[in-house]
Amino acid sequence: MRIELTDEQQMIRELAREFAQKEVEPIAAQLDREGRFPHETVRRMGELGLMGIAIPEKYGGGGADTVSYVVALEEVARACASHAVIMSVNNSLVADPIHRFGSEEQKERFLVPLASGRGLGCFALTEPQAGSDATNQATLAVRDGDHYALTGRKLFVTNGREATVALVFCQTDRDKGSRGISAFLVEKGTPGFLVPKVEDKLGLRASDTAEFVFEECRVPEANRLGEEGLGFKVAMTALDGGRIGIAAQAVGIARAAYEASLAYARERKSFGVPIGQHQMVQWMLADMATQLDAARLLTWRAAALKDRGEPYGVAAAMAKLYASEMAMKVTTDAIQVHGGYGYIKEYPVERYFRDAKITQIYEGTSQIQKLVIARQLLDLG
Amino acid sequence: MKVLVLVKQVPDTATQVKVGSDPRAIATTGITWIVSPYDEFAVEEALRIREKRGTGEVVAVSGGPERVKEALRSCLAMGADRAVHVLDPALEGADTLTTARVLAAVIQQEAPQLVLTGRQAIDDDTGAVGAQVAELLGWPCLSWIMEEAIAEDGATVRAGRQVEGALELFDLPLPCVLTAQKGLNEPRYPTLKGIMGAKKKEIKELGPGDLGVNVDGPQLELVRLEALPPRPPGRIIPGEPKEAVRELVRVLREEAKAI
Ligand SMILES: Cc1cc2nc3c(=O)[nH]c(=O)nc-3n(C[C@H](O)[C@H](O)[C@H](O)COP(=O)(O)OP(=O)(O)OC[C@H]3O[C@@H](n4cnc5c(N)ncnc54)[C@H](O)[C@@H]3O)c2cc1C
Ligand SMILES: Cc1cc2nc3c(=O)[nH]c(=O)nc-3n(C[C@H](O)[C@H](O)[C@H](O)COP(=O)(O)OP(=O)(O)OC[C@H]3O[C@@H](n4cnc5c(N)ncnc54)[C@H](O)[C@@H]3O)c2cc1C
Repeated sequence: MRIELTDEQQMIRELAREFAQKEVEPIAAQLDREGRFPHETVRRMGELGLMGIAIPEKYGGGGADTVSYVVALEEVARACASHAVIMSVNNSLVADPIHRFGSEEQKERFLVPLASGRGLGCFALTEPQAGSDATNQATLAVRDGDHYALTGRKLFVTNGREATVALVFCQTDRDKGSRGISAFLVEKGTPGFLVPKVEDKLGLRASDTAEFVFEECRVPEANRLGEEGLGFKVAMTALDGGRIGIAAQAVGIARAAYEASLAYARERKSFGVPIGQHQMVQWMLADMATQLDAARLLTWRAAALKDRGEPYGVAAAMAKLYASEMAMKVTTDAIQVHGGYGYIKEYPVERYFRDAKITQIYEGTSQIQKLVIARQLLDLG
Repeated sequence: MKVLVLVKQVPDTATQVKVGSDPRAIATTGITWIVSPYDEFAVEEALRIREKRGTGEVVAVSGGPERVKEALRSCLAMGADRAVHVLDPALEGADTLTTARVLAAVIQQEAPQLVLTGRQAIDDDTGAVGAQVAELLGWPCLSWIMEEAIAEDGATVRAGRQVEGALELFDLPLPCVLTAQKGLNEPRYPTLKGIMGAKKKEIKELGPGDLGVNVDGPQLELVRLEALPPRPPGRIIPGEPKEAVRELVRVLREEAKAI
């Protein structure tokens, strides 16, 4: 077997690396401090083709593959985790499901702007009582002629304030449980679609996480993505792909922390030698490098399976579980290697630590990933 | 208008250069190769000329071993229309005159109206090839340009180069050779579309035989490379700022003789 990127994948990585290092990294700390959405650099990501990497060119995308997507995402996440999640949600959770489940007309209307970066997408599944238990949807979509009227609340929507269009999951038939869920593409500015709140967060501070309220919001039937009752499948399929992206995000954050630690271990002296010569510091660095590589390989494998059209759900869950746990461990140790300075905001590692935490929570907590993996292992469906 | 850009593949600027086992070359294992940054300015300028005029063709040309195709592919990904690769391993260690002869032969075949290249390649830093090519072709050449504007009729170009405190402007008839200085433009990154589209573009492969050029012995023989002696470590002058600065000034004056 060979683990090697193709020429195109390498060039896409170079493109993402150059962009991230030159344009994103220099502003990341300030964006974090100010909690400001990076409009200008997100627009640049669109221009460069990073907002719809694996979407075919005819729908405004880059026409590359999932492996290209994860290598690019790692580079962006290494510079700024907020940029990475903005990119990941648009690519995996919105553009990808529209490409997969949308009609030709929906692709023209919704996919082309999202994949080319002219618009921005968001994915609204979580509700107050429906987090891990995503089937427990309370938002209702009641049919009214050739429209639906949406009523309910959505929480923690990444890109929620800035998005031009939301993929919203609603109950169209409450009696059918998860088979009664349908997906809708709802444009910003539709009457009855409100964004009352943006959360103040521990990390990912340049990414907006918003609450949505729908009050009798009328959405045309033409905006329903997939058949009625197919919404939960749309959501789960999107999340399978999304998890590969979050794994790549975790790898990128951890790589930033590891690289900072390695450099610091060469410079900082204690007891007359660089701290990198103390065996206990070496252990931390060795573990970081090893786990980082393992997580990246799991991520690449999941992406490669998706590109080959093979089942990738479990591989994606494993990659996401391992990479996010790894990122938390590596960023914790990165602060440790930096000693007291790691705890101080002048050094970037405390930001990596705060940003890493979310990767264990969204798109399915670590516990839920274990559940997904075990259910497959035991054939529990 | 057809614009030809001469590019060289060079080690990444971040490379820790080491003398190789053959002391006439550097050790190339583990090196990342890039398009020489000044040549990127030249590619960018060529693309802008095509965009401004609304028509035209940009052809990237390079010589060297197989890996040089990667550099050409990045030019294609940036937006060049096609590329020519003179595939000859002998070109790698060739002197600039040999390189210039080969490139001039390609230019004669392609017959462009303008040739752009970097003011120098950042590996050997000879800065000779652009001028040598022009000399061999009998074309005018302006080096280190900071700006250019081609006349609407495509017959002349006005180009400027920086001199001490001023910009020196020249009018040149086309065809001519211009070499790019930093500041000419800000090269674009290849977009994803550009990268994916690059593989559909042509890289024409030529051997020295196809050009009727003799890659005979170099006129300029490289004797050997010598590593610089390691730099002495920096020195930190301790103490209160006032005394430390006084000491710094003393050291700079008396020991380093820098002031
Ligand atoms: C910054 C941020 C961005 C987000 N972006 C989005 C977005 O764009 N779109 C969206 O729809 N949602 C988004 N979310 C929501 C996120 O996906 C949920 O927070 C997550 O799924 C967990 O749900 P919860 O918060 O309700 O926690 P809960 O489900 O209440 O879980 C609480 C704890 O219980 C555990 N637990 C729950 N059930 C089980 C079980 N069966 N077995 C074992 N343990 C269990 C969990 O693992 C967790 O540790 C975002 C959240 C945040 C914080
Ligand atoms: C919020 C905060 C409050 C503080 N309050 C006080 C205070 O009130 N008073 C005060 O005096 N100080 C205080 N400190 C300083 C704190 O005690 C030091 O930061 C701590 O002792 C570590 O020293 P250092 O930061 O220089 O790290 P370093 O000593 O540089 O250590 C860097 C890394 O190298 C490791 N390391 C170093 N030497 C060895 C070795 N020989 N073998 C193995 N590993 C080694 C360390 O464990 C660490 O992982 C505070 C720091 C912070 C962040």
